[in-house]
Amino acid sequence: MRRRAALPGFGLALGVTWLWLGLIVLVPLSALVLRPWELGLAGVWASVTEPRVLAALRLSFGAALVAALVDLPLGLLVAWVVVRYRFPGRRVLDAAIDLPFALPTAVAGLALTALYAPNGWLGAPLAAMGVTVAFTPVGVAVALAFVGLPFVVRMVEPVLRDLGPEAEEAAAVLGATRWQAWRRVVLPALGPALVSGVALAFARAVGEYGSVIFIAGNRPMESEIAPLLIVARLEQYDYAGAAALGLAMLLLSFACLLVFAAMQRRLRRGMA
Amino acid sequence: MIEVTGLHLRYGGVAALDGVELALRPGEFVALLGASGSGKTTLLRSLAGLEFPDAGQVRIDGRDMAQVPARERGIGFVFQNYALFRHMTVFENIAFGLRIKPRRLRPGRAEIGRRVEELLALVRLPGMGGRYPDQLSGGQRQRVALARALAIEPRVLLLDEPFGALDAKVRKELRHWLRGLHDRLGLTSLFVTHDQDEALELADRVAVMRDGRVVQFDTPEALLAAPADAGVAGFLGDAVPVECEVRGGQAWFAALPPVAVEGVAEGKGIAFLRPVDLLAEPGAGEARVAAARRDGRGVRLTVEAGEVLLEAVPSPGWVPQRGEACRVTVVAARVFPRQDGAGRA
Repeated sequence: MRRRAALPGFGLALGVTWLWLGLIVLVPLSALVLRPWELGLAGVWASVTEPRVLAALRLSFGAALVAALVDLPLGLLVAWVVVRYRFPGRRVLDAAIDLPFALPTAVAGLALTALYAPNGWLGAPLAAMGVTVAFTPVGVAVALAFVGLPFVVRMVEPVLRDLGPEAEEAAAVLGATRWQAWRRVVLPALGPALVSGVALAFARAVGEYGSVIFIAGNRPMESEIAPLLIVARLEQYDYAGAAALGLAMLLLSFACLLVFAAMQRRLRRGMA
Repeated sequence: MIEVTGLHLRYGGVAALDGVELALRPGEFVALLGASGSGKTTLLRSLAGLEFPDAGQVRIDGRDMAQVPARERGIGFVFQNYALFRHMTVFENIAFGLRIKPRRLRPGRAEIGRRVEELLALVRLPGMGGRYPDQLSGGQRQRVALARALAIEPRVLLLDEPFGALDAKVRKELRHWLRGLHDRLGLTSLFVTHDQDEALELADRVAVMRDGRVVQFDTPEALLAAPADAGVAGFLGDAVPVECEVRGGQAWFAALPPVAVEGVAEGKGIAFLRPVDLLAEPGAGEARVAAARRDGRGVRLTVEAGEVLLEAVPSPGWVPQRGEACRVTVVAARVFPRQDGAGRA
């Protein structure tokens, strides 16, 4: 006999969920998984272990991780300012946070490139200090940090708002210094949201294309990202090779997201 | 013990505290009573160091608190919504104040464990240390918040609407328990409430606040017997304001017999009549029984006299019926000269 539940519609909801996942996510992905094997196992392996491919993967994932980690304190700070302080222009700032979402990524890429090019507003003073950002891996990380920031801010913001100033006040009255209140009360409460934000920023950064290719310079072995390499292979009608690289990225990304999920579970443990 | 003199605090253009004067004796249990917006929570937060007054002084044990940050005041504070740390167990919540002490003052692990268990027993939550705040009822959370505040062994306990979020039955239980705890631990406590029953029943003295000032600070008996002004009288003891005319040492009503009053200027006045001030008897008179209802405390009688509805005490042995005519005697009344704003607290 079926048990009655207080929340009806489980069967229907689950059905729609699977259908959606299947059509939009699993079918295209399975094509990606099936396609490269016409090269044979050895062929796939050779295709994804070319030095140029390995360098591109290392840059894509490494720069994405660096960018996500840079977004962590920056996003926390922005969320903090938006939630805790009232100042003129707060609404404008709040709306501006989402701009990296709305901007066509190519526009963002061009803007960043113009800004950081050796003759740009920021690039020129940096060049004088001996730092080159544009057309180097640093430039890649800068572009990725730019597109990832809203994820961290938007994940942390509601949790911070919900936490309210009372928890910190309670800690202060109990004798905690500012640092102790942060370390023991605020950060642990924000932990799961921070990990989610970083994971989302990271995931977006790994797949990012438009905003990176202009500033990266795309020099093989140095500043060439993996998605660009996939596009390059497609342009040479090497569909299987492109799919092989795509599969490698898929597996690596999935592994990374599993790690983030595990971290989040640990931080959340015991919290209802 | 706690002395507040001339405390002023403005938010934007509004005076939240407008010259508060208050002095608590050691061991006292004091209620801050007032409508919302009267400044009672702001005063409490100023004592704890969570608000910074523009002028005036807060002294605790004779020491000026102006330069003392909240964390060094050693005050127990229970927040209205408890502000428990949700990611910590009950045990960790209570241990927090001990764990963050500087190393040389911090008790050892075993000592912290022992102290927390003691506090859990004190607030009648033994064995609940492993739970998270989300897994507790409102009354239990309230007691965890109290145990957490007591862990640092404060001599002053401040409570912001401590029973506000609890249902009526739990609230009554906790009230008496809290009062007992206060007496046992020898604390000096100040609690904020907008519930006059709570204040009058529990406190040694009640400070009535209005518009950022303490308008009267006295024992419950004295407050009820001699309210300082019309506002306090209207706020306390379920008093109903009735217009009257003071002439020749008596207050004259439209539809009630006159009553003797002392020291009130002649002219238009406003009388505050509590249920216990009015005695109703059966028989032909100017009043009529509007409602009579039995409950645990006996008969609750509402009479209609002229245009006004008043609660009154029925004479012994009389079983009033709705619509029955009756006579009402005014036993006592607190009368104030009429002016605008009377009846506000």
